[in-house]
Amino acid sequence: MYVAVKGGERAIAAAHGWLDEERRGDPAIPELGTDQIRTQMTLAVDRVMAEGSLYDPDLAALALKQARGDAIEAIFLIRAYRTTLPRFGASIPIATGAMACERRISAIFKDAPGGQVLGPTFDYTHRLLDFALMAGGEAPSSAPQSEPRDAAKPHVTEILAREDLIQAESEHDEVDTPPDLTRAPLSLPASRALRLQALARGDEGFLLSLAYSTQRGYGRNHPFVGELRVGTVAVEMEIPELGFAVEIGEIVVSECESVNQFTGSKTQPAQFTRGYGLVFGRGERKAISMALVDRALRWKELGEENTGAPAQDEEFVLAHADNIQASGFLEHIKLPHYVDFQAELELIRKLRSEALAHLGADA
Amino acid sequence: MGLLARSRPETLAALWRDFTCNRAGLEEAAITWLRKPETGTVMVRGRAGAVGEAFNLGEMTVTRASLRLPCGAVGHAYVQGRDREKARIAALVDALMAGPHADHARKAILAPLATIETEARTARASRAAATQVDFFTMVRGE
Repeated sequence: MYVAVKGGERAIAAAHGWLDEERRGDPAIPELGTDQIRTQMTLAVDRVMAEGSLYDPDLAALALKQARGDAIEAIFLIRAYRTTLPRFGASIPIATGAMACERRISAIFKDAPGGQVLGPTFDYTHRLLDFALMAGGEAPSSAPQSEPRDAAKPHVTEILAREDLIQAESEHDEVDTPPDLTRAPLSLPASRALRLQALARGDEGFLLSLAYSTQRGYGRNHPFVGELRVGTVAVEMEIPELGFAVEIGEIVVSECESVNQFTGSKTQPAQFTRGYGLVFGRGERKAISMALVDRALRWKELGEENTGAPAQDEEFVLAHADNIQASGFLEHIKLPHYVDFQAELELIRKLRSEALAHLGADA
Repeated sequence: MGLLARSRPETLAALWRDFTCNRAGLEEAAITWLRKPETGTVMVRGRAGAVGEAFNLGEMTVTRASLRLPCGAVGHAYVQGRDREKARIAALVDALMAGPHADHARKAILAPLATIETEARTARASRAAATQVDFFTMVRGE
């Protein structure tokens, strides 16, 4: 017989008190400011903004501090905060072609117009721990500078599009409001717009693994990084009071356009196909992953074979990409299930006693 | 509007303080709130393949405000972030731009903001330029 239990309030309060203390750590060591997190843990901040699906570096820094550095807990805090805010409207789609790039590379054209700009990349570092950072105290020598080059940086896919070598992106009418996951539950089959939203806020680790799986042959589509760009873009919105669009701010985004193997038929000459990744902040690993998964999910519209690969399965990918949904369901099983388990116990005892009775009868 | 929207709140507040301390009465003037500063979000959209159909990328925080000056000029602000004071100042500057203070406001607030922004952008663009790859080709067998 199970008796419902109340209580635990005192223990919970004490646990939260200790949590606050643990977050602060050794009081003899200076406390970490959110401005320090915002300006020195920038990639962690960017990940929280991307998967929290809310661009606000100050809030993301606060969330990271409160979450003791746990990215998913911080993302949870941001998602929860977001729900308390009214929505003023939607922006005009950002123009990534006009991005002020701090990084822009193409893996397919050495001489891409606008050039290959490496930016502050980890690539080509030796991945050796720099013990000087631990010793601290020394200001880094200032980075080399050159005269800024004003050359336009058109999207590399435009070059392929000029010769009709790559699929054109369908341009939809502006009156169509794109579907919004935050307003309506996921419905399948999903449009590409809905998939891109889900991927943009999806878990980086999950998308990385899926993208990797396509490279290893589970839904192979042979990607090239046509272009990767990271930088600042303006956000413009139509202001109802004014009746025209104004710039309401600027954001840093990472964008990846993948160029993949061909589609074509007897009537249609072969063309490259494309995948697209766009994420808040500096998150090129995720942008590339997103482009590969976006491409894999397009098998049906491109008339490809469904090989049963996980990355091709829209329901599988979209239903499991969100780390807040996933951790919510996963972590709830650590909460009291005393009653459920009591029922299981009763059942297993009954099964065993019946079985044992049988065995006794046979003997 | 873009300059005001992109500014850091503390920078804008400092410029506004300097601007108003020479113009007694501006800060105390009885403004009428048409919409008190309010923080919310704007859904940022992107395009599939940068040029295709629009999709929802994620939201950003935005604070808006609308007000009317005693002279009747109306100002609106939609600015990035959650700083209500920044939205208030941006709406005030917007309203002033329609009146006799426009030139002063431009010189004392917008011009310095533009300078600060240009400096910051040039600093990053110069560093980016230094990381641009200049390929050279090795010629074999000559």
